Amino acid sequence: MAGQPHKIPEQPSEQATIALAPAVSSSKPYQSGKLRRASWLSWIVSDDPPGRFLLNAILLLLLAAFVFAPFLFPGTKALGVASRICIFVILVASYDLMLGYTGIVSFAHTMFFGIGAYGVAIALTQGWVGWGAVILGAAAGAGVSLVLAAAIGILSLRLRAIFFAMITLAVASFAQILAEQWRSLTGGEDGLTFSVPAILKPSFRLFADPVLGVTINGPVITYYLIFIVSLVLFLLMLRIVNSPFGRVLQAIRENEFRVEAMGYQVVAYRTMISALSAVMAALAGTLMALLLGYNGPDATLSFSLMIDILMMVVIGGMGTIYGAVIGSILVILAEYYLRNVLGAVNGAVSGTPFLSALFHPDRWLLWLGVLFVLIVTFFPQGLFGWLRQRR
Amino acid sequence: MSKEWLGRLQQWAPYAVTPLIVLAALPAMGLTAWVTLTIAGLTMGMMLFLVASGLTLIFGLMEVLNFAHAAFVTVGAFVTVSVLGPLVGWTTAPSLTLNLLALLMALLAAAAASGALGFVFERIIIRQVYGAPLHQILITIGALTVIEQLVIVIWGPDAIALPKPARLRGSVFLGSSPIETYRLVALFVGLAVAAAMQLILTRTRIGLVVRAGVEDREMVQSLGYNIRRVFVGIFIAGTALAGMGGMMWGQYQALVNYQIGDSMLILVFIILIIGGLGSVGGCFIAAILVGLTSNYAEFLAPTLALGSNILLMALVLLWRPRGLFPIGEQ
Amino acid sequence: MAEADDVLLRLDDVHTDIGRYKILHGVSLTARRGRVTMLLGRNGAGKTTTLRTIMGLWKARAGQITFDGQPIGAMDTPDIAQLGIAYVPEYMGIFGKLTVRENMLLATGAQGFAKDSLDRVLAWFPALKLKWDSAAGSLSGGQKQMLAIARAIVEQRRLLLVDEPTKGLSPVVVDQLVEALLGLKSEQTTILLVEQNFRVALAIGDEVAVMDQGRIVHSGDMAALGADEELQQRLLGLSMAVGT
Repeated sequence: MAGQPHKIPEQPSEQATIALAPAVSSSKPYQSGKLRRASWLSWIVSDDPPGRFLLNAILLLLLAAFVFAPFLFPGTKALGVASRICIFVILVASYDLMLGYTGIVSFAHTMFFGIGAYGVAIALTQGWVGWGAVILGAAAGAGVSLVLAAAIGILSLRLRAIFFAMITLAVASFAQILAEQWRSLTGGEDGLTFSVPAILKPSFRLFADPVLGVTINGPVITYYLIFIVSLVLFLLMLRIVNSPFGRVLQAIRENEFRVEAMGYQVVAYRTMISALSAVMAALAGTLMALLLGYNGPDATLSFSLMIDILMMVVIGGMGTIYGAVIGSILVILAEYYLRNVLGAVNGAVSGTPFLSALFHPDRWLLWLGVLFVLIVTFFPQGLFGWLRQRR
Repeated sequence: MSKEWLGRLQQWAPYAVTPLIVLAALPAMGLTAWVTLTIAGLTMGMMLFLVASGLTLIFGLMEVLNFAHAAFVTVGAFVTVSVLGPLVGWTTAPSLTLNLLALLMALLAAAAASGALGFVFERIIIRQVYGAPLHQILITIGALTVIEQLVIVIWGPDAIALPKPARLRGSVFLGSSPIETYRLVALFVGLAVAAAMQLILTRTRIGLVVRAGVEDREMVQSLGYNIRRVFVGIFIAGTALAGMGGMMWGQYQALVNYQIGDSMLILVFIILIIGGLGSVGGCFIAAILVGLTSNYAEFLAPTLALGSNILLMALVLLWRPRGLFPIGEQ
Repeated sequence: MAEADDVLLRLDDVHTDIGRYKILHGVSLTARRGRVTMLLGRNGAGKTTTLRTIMGLWKARAGQITFDGQPIGAMDTPDIAQLGIAYVPEYMGIFGKLTVRENMLLATGAQGFAKDSLDRVLAWFPALKLKWDSAAGSLSGGQKQMLAIARAIVEQRRLLLVDEPTKGLSPVVVDQLVEALLGLKSEQTTILLVEQNFRVALAIGDEVAVMDQGRIVHSGDMAALGADEELQQRLLGLSMAVGT
């Protein structure tokens, strides 16, 4: 409370009790005999499968769709969408580490995304070439993000949540301004265009003949690179949240005073997870740069991207990691294909000017925003969380 | 004796920041530029104060941070467009009185529209998220997006020009320094509103309750005041003020687009942080500080200009982590 | 519908939780009209929680609270205050940035101060007159406590809830407070007073309820408890009985 010198603990109201997905440890899904036998499968998902039969099936189906994406959805546009989804899954899941598991709201996530992208972009435009440059850029981006996140954490995580959120907004804003102004390094508002390694170029062919009707060219290889790295990082995050470290994080989210009383340094844990989250975001940024062959403030640093991330993590389900998958797929598909739906509706109501403006294809963000508000209000655990809880 | 002195110095130091900056700028830019820029900075500060003051009171009293505050600024700006459209006869007339009258109408309309929207907003959205900072941030950001999109639905996606009234274009001269005429109007409006707020806060019962509530909400309730009802009133007042700020800012830029609120939002947050959450006086001083910094920086170091306020915020936080004039004991 | 007997405030089997912590485990006590009921007990016994629950600042999980026959357990704090209940919290609750006058003004209705009642309060606490236009935050600890109590009594109240008024105060100030409380008592004000200072309790208390671990473990006549040293030791421990 603003200015109260005494410390009377708050009696939590119903509103203050955030109905997030229950802590993973308290909702161990039923392990069927089949799963016990396939214990390596269990190990891969760190004993944290999506749910019971239905959810597992859905996620497995999605996984299959991604594995065979170039063959199921041929064409550069579809592949681009799939690549983008993979990258966002990592970006959003890493945000969930902070928001859903530790309860930290930060607006600086896109900043780390941008730093990772600029790492590669700068390396490739400053004279280094090939995979060496990519690795160098990725490491630099991740390193800078780590240090920056740790610094922000140490300086500001002691502050109240709202204060911290506002400060991250200011820092991210500053990074955006810096990127726009420092032309010599970042290309300013126009950004940096660069050549990706040969194997990723559109002209590259892995095999002379098409496989299953699809030419294995640069974009396909790029997609698989992105997909595999994303998958690995995703499983890594599952491991993190299901480790003892992860349990402490969840305990902090529930009641940080208690955790502090038990002897844990809450600020240290929060700083560590922020740093981890930032590194993941930077790696996602690296992938994004490779996908686009370009990076600029609008591609990775904009506030609207931050809002997208928030939407994905909330709609998908906070505190679940899997929610990032659902959320990213839904929101990105909506960005691309909701326009068509709206266009159809628009055609139907073209008589009334107000209604046709309301359902204009460009207003997909309006409807997404409405969905977002509805989910925060009625389904705070998000789609995945809600499905998981229904068992 | 020296300890008391140190204490006094500590207490009054924050008040010295603004005058020091103003004085330091003088040698750096020469008198002519200094006068113009200082007035420009004060004016910008006034407009920012209109928007920020409501937010700081809302936060101070009920610990609600409304990210959608920017939307009320935008609504105010667009309502101005709709009001000044039919009044084009008054705005193009070479009569100062008619010009000012038109602006007054727009000001009142913007305040009314944003206030009404605020009433609805508090009922539907804010009521659900008292005491839950995470939910507040999420739901108000969502609401911000929705309201902005609705603005596009109603007024279209393109930016709309909002030329200043005839007699308020151009500049007057203070010595050899040019000062935009409109700036003087904005300055006057801002000061008038600030003075009115000060009077209400210090001379009325409701102002007393608000000031007490910002310090200790529970105790005010224990004294028999229904702070919830007071809060609704403050919320509406805050959004109305934001609307007024949007009107003045939009008219000042002579251009209105759906992101006009967003561009102010980060500056408003910086003002809140520098001034101290919940302190109206602190907000006033911080707003002026931010306005001055923006204008001075644009002249002295254009590349840094956009980031100058963020740097200012960082410096202030390093010195006073709770802002310059925080509510409550240290 | 007022109660037939002289009970003004009644708690029946009240349970209060704070988050996951259960603080009150079935508290039952009564405060009779015109009498001073002391609420004693060790630190952490639940005395402050009891007062806050009565005031509606924390909601009881179970049990009944009736004020003059009217159930108030579900009411909001401002409405409870409007019934004529004043609360002086342990931390005093004065508004540091407001002047003494403004602090006092908050306790009055739209008509402002009634001259006689203001005079009587200032007679008990003359220091407040001196600091009338100073910021309340600049007052000494004792003066703040006086302001807190003065604010609670400047208007006629039916029930006063006071939480450890003498805590951390010098003996001189304590005596002033005791005098004021005795003055209130002579005006037939009903008071529920939490105290750690046994001497003060003896001086002003009519009845006593002793709490331990969220329950009432003894209730009865204050004087009787004062006379029974063995009972004092058992209920309150040595430190209490040797209070300044």
